Amino acid sequence: MTFTLPNLPYAYDALQPYMSKETLEYHHDKHHQAYVTNGNNLLKGTEFEGKSLEDIVKGSFGKNAALFNNAGQHYNHLHFWKWMKPNGGGEKLPGKLEAKIKSDLGGYAKFKDDFIAAGVGQFGSGWCWLAVKGGKLEIMKSANGESPLVHGATPILGCDVWEHSYYIDYRNRRPDYLKAFVENLVNWEYVDELFSKA
Amino acid sequence: MSPISRRHLLGAAAGLAAIATVPPRALAQGGGAAPAAAPAAPTGPFKLPSLGYAYNALEPHIDARTMEIHYTRHHQAYVNSLNNFAKDNPQIAEKPMTEVLANLNAVPEAIRTGVRNNMGGHANHTMFWEIMSPSGGKPSSDVLTAIDRDLGGVDKMKSDVNAKGLGVFGSGWVFVTVDKDGKLAIEARPNQDTPIMDGKRALFGNDVWEHAYYLNYQNRRADYLNAWWNTVNWTKITERYAAAKAGTLGV
Repeated sequence: MTFTLPNLPYAYDALQPYMSKETLEYHHDKHHQAYVTNGNNLLKGTEFEGKSLEDIVKGSFGKNAALFNNAGQHYNHLHFWKWMKPNGGGEKLPGKLEAKIKSDLGGYAKFKDDFIAAGVGQFGSGWCWLAVKGGKLEIMKSANGESPLVHGATPILGCDVWEHSYYIDYRNRRPDYLKAFVENLVNWEYVDELFSKA
Repeated sequence: MSPISRRHLLGAAAGLAAIATVPPRALAQGGGAAPAAAPAAPTGPFKLPSLGYAYNALEPHIDARTMEIHYTRHHQAYVNSLNNFAKDNPQIAEKPMTEVLANLNAVPEAIRTGVRNNMGGHANHTMFWEIMSPSGGKPSSDVLTAIDRDLGGVDKMKSDVNAKGLGVFGSGWVFVTVDKDGKLAIEARPNQDTPIMDGKRALFGNDVWEHAYYLNYQNRRADYLNAWWNTVNWTKITERYAAAKAGTLGV
């Protein structure tokens, strides 16, 4: 398949004040676009042409670093836009997901602490995740363009902790960005949709 | 900063310990002045080196706001983390950083990654501030000869360093390394790794973490890489080159 940049599912200023219009313009129009453009160029003539994005991400991991980086980031960002919404976040979770977070992760408050800690503890560029692995929820973190997809798990929520995702709005204060993401931006309905499929 | 994020900082974040308590607006007005309120830093054997020029001295190539946050927040966080590690592991401060970094396997496993990241960050930034200046000077004939011989001349060196820096996916650095015979080479490293970890020396290098350029250049890393050459302190690089050949170059 060919990679295509999706439109944001909300206006560029819809996530303010937690994520600025300026950040979303650069992040979506420049960074994500670059992954799409570079990914398409790198895909040409490889064995991965015509495969699904998930198969490209998994198949290129450890084999074709340049293609993996761009395909991985395309995959991550496709979901990242949908993992956020205006007036999102907080502890009002769909029932089954809430119960699973309680049984596997010790409840929303513990999830929030551990998810933020994973994001803060990711040294350099990367992501922190809520993923399903072997039927259980896990908090994970990964470097650069990696995701739980290449570590035997299915991501159902991820937060981008590359500096480009928060530097304009939060400078070096990554913990504040992560807190705002969990408390004010997470689209729990989309997380629940992925949880149901996983 | 909220109690929750503060708790996380102290509990979990080796790489980001004790960061900002000052709102961005205060930093944005920094200009050339000293920071109004330095973050409370744990004391210890590791110190933030002096910058040697004002925050706005490298404008327009590196803006004052970027310099201030980079120096007083990012670099300070590496220093603070090292001092935290040194409380229970004073031995990491008893040898030169070049020796500790070249022998990371000798560092206790529990703090090895933290020392790698934070001492790497301390060493890299100490070098970085030193090899920049508002008045760049000129490389000595000795350095120019080595650049011509090993890197194909100044123009080729610049374009190769820029290409390597642009090719770093995610956070990292691009270095010109020097060995004891004065031979130069170009290499990139991820995150806060340094050629010192392989027993080599960095003659100089450029930081391509997004925090080094995002406020001024956003996604345009290539523009930053090009502009950065205007800040390079060739007088200092000439001194470092002589020290490398004498076997006395540190971080």
